[in-house]
Amino acid sequence: MTILEFGPVSALLVISVALALIIANISRVMGPQRPTYRKSVPYESGMKPIGPATRRLPIKFYLVAVLFIIFDIEVIFFLPWAVSMRDLGVYGLTVMAVFTLILIVGFIYEWKKGGLEWE
Amino acid sequence: MFESPTIAEFVTQSNLASTLPGTLLVAWTLLLVLVDLFAGDEREHWTPLGACLGLGVSFVANLFVYAPAADQQTALYGMFIADAFTGFLNIVILVATLLAVLMSRDYLMRAGIHRGEYYILTLLSSAGAMFMVAANDLIVVFVALELLSIPLYILAAFRSIKNDGGELALKSEESGMKYFILGAFSSAFLVFGAALVYGASGTTNIPQILEVAPAVVDAASSATFYLVVGTALLIVGLGFKVAVVPFHMWTPDVYEGAPTPVTALMSVTAKIGGFAALLRILVTALSVLLLVDGGVAAWQTTISIIAALTLVLGNFVAISQRNLKRMLAYSSIAHAGYIMVALAAAGTAGSADSATQGALVYILAYMFTNLGAFAVVMTIERVDGGGGNIDDITGLARSRPLLAMAMTIFMLSLTGIPLTAGFVGKFMVFAAAVQAGLVGLAVIGVLTSVVSAFYYMRVVVNMYLRDSSGELLPALETVYVRWAINIALAGTLIFGIFYPLASNLVSMVSIA
Repeated sequence: MTILEFGPVSALLVISVALALIIANISRVMGPQRPTYRKSVPYESGMKPIGPATRRLPIKFYLVAVLFIIFDIEVIFFLPWAVSMRDLGVYGLTVMAVFTLILIVGFIYEWKKGGLEWE
Repeated sequence: MFESPTIAEFVTQSNLASTLPGTLLVAWTLLLVLVDLFAGDEREHWTPLGACLGLGVSFVANLFVYAPAADQQTALYGMFIADAFTGFLNIVILVATLLAVLMSRDYLMRAGIHRGEYYILTLLSSAGAMFMVAANDLIVVFVALELLSIPLYILAAFRSIKNDGGELALKSEESGMKYFILGAFSSAFLVFGAALVYGASGTTNIPQILEVAPAVVDAASSATFYLVVGTALLIVGLGFKVAVVPFHMWTPDVYEGAPTPVTALMSVTAKIGGFAALLRILVTALSVLLLVDGGVAAWQTTISIIAALTLVLGNFVAISQRNLKRMLAYSSIAHAGYIMVALAAAGTAGSADSATQGALVYILAYMFTNLGAFAVVMTIERVDGGGGNIDDITGLARSRPLLAMAMTIFMLSLTGIPLTAGFVGKFMVFAAAVQAGLVGLAVIGVLTSVVSAFYYMRVVVNMYLRDSSGELLPALETVYVRWAINIALAGTLIFGIFYPLASNLVSMVSIA
């Protein structure tokens, strides 16, 4: 083994750090600095910024997002199994059944605790 | 084309039976989720009972699986290993969890936060610890560590679910948040270390790293450098989990803010998991590798310095603590230092087995003693959080003589006085250190033990020799807590008085 085998990794490390620093600073170094009020306000898709940035959000959105991730991952596991289901046979079916069973326990818990109700 | 095995083939080929203690506990916990959901108002009886039964089932499975403990066998295609080391630590974890569950119901009822999820998370965390002591692959170490840690993050913040805005709820929330953020950081270190070790050796399997590593070092290439850096990052990641200096900063705050039974649990199971992984990775995978002159592993110096720092800082800072839980937090840092001494001793060629056995006996003694001490602290704590200071136990010998006696024995065992389990553990660790040629480290260990006697004995002096000005403490605890204290007391005394018992139990353990 030589250092060349880790060369790409080290190069990636150096380049990514350097690139980040360059991008963050290049406009400040090279660009002309003529600030106006319009230019200095935070950009909110062209809208006039009103109110503080840390606004209160309904906590329910986070719950929905977390629950979505769980079933999102379930689908990711189901897809490759569905494609190769015939090759995997009874073994694959059993493994997926165990996986689904664990998930269903979580699903029952979520349902019973009212995690699926919006109000 | 992939030839899929039949179920019977899979069960025999993968040796699924030897993972039963952990998998049965997880399956039981899933059942317990449903029991807790549908048991109605009876759940506050059924869920703790079910948790205890699940631990019992896992215990029995453990006895069956590890009965012929002498021979090693791997499971799930080399991912898990089932040897005497795993079997012994599984039993320690199960007993620790049982004691914590016995303490919990009383505490949760008093605090008004009795929820079934508490027991489910406790059992899942213990299952993670059991997978971690059986891990034979860096990936499994990581996944098991997450299963061990994530429930503990939630449990540490468990008091805040009432959301009454009280000081205790805030402290518990702070404790959970701190533990979560620092734990996530340390996991990142661990994974990055595993990635570098994989890059250098081409495998994550611990026995295969052992085979590949000497060739990597002999080639004297850049891969050696990455192997060393990877090992260092693994030490950092696991050092956070077991709370050794300089990775100990989170410990006092987290231990003080978390509910007392949770503190007791995490001061034991998280340390067991972390030390098991450290022993497996450093001793099994990396001992022959990096051997410098004289048959000493290259990481020995690092571990020795960490151990010495941990011993000195943990014991000296504990002196100035007034809060009992904070004092026990620093004391747990110090005890991690003693186990680190054993780990350092395992780095000398030929003394790996005796050092590992010393570490296991120390962990066993520490488990009984520490859980007992936390149980006593819990009984004198009041619901509003008062009563946890060192002055609040003044005159305990007069109001609760038996409780004071139990606390005295736990304090003696933590100091390492003969006829208690703590002495046997310390003796075996220091003997292993001297045998491994680490006389200086053993001397530091003995001297800091003397220092620790100061703050442990202050508790005893407060209980016996000082008059209490206030009213006598009433008995608040339930019969379950008394059983927890009794079991812990029995363990401390039995392993202390019949001192060959512990060393016989671990005599079959061999890790290298």
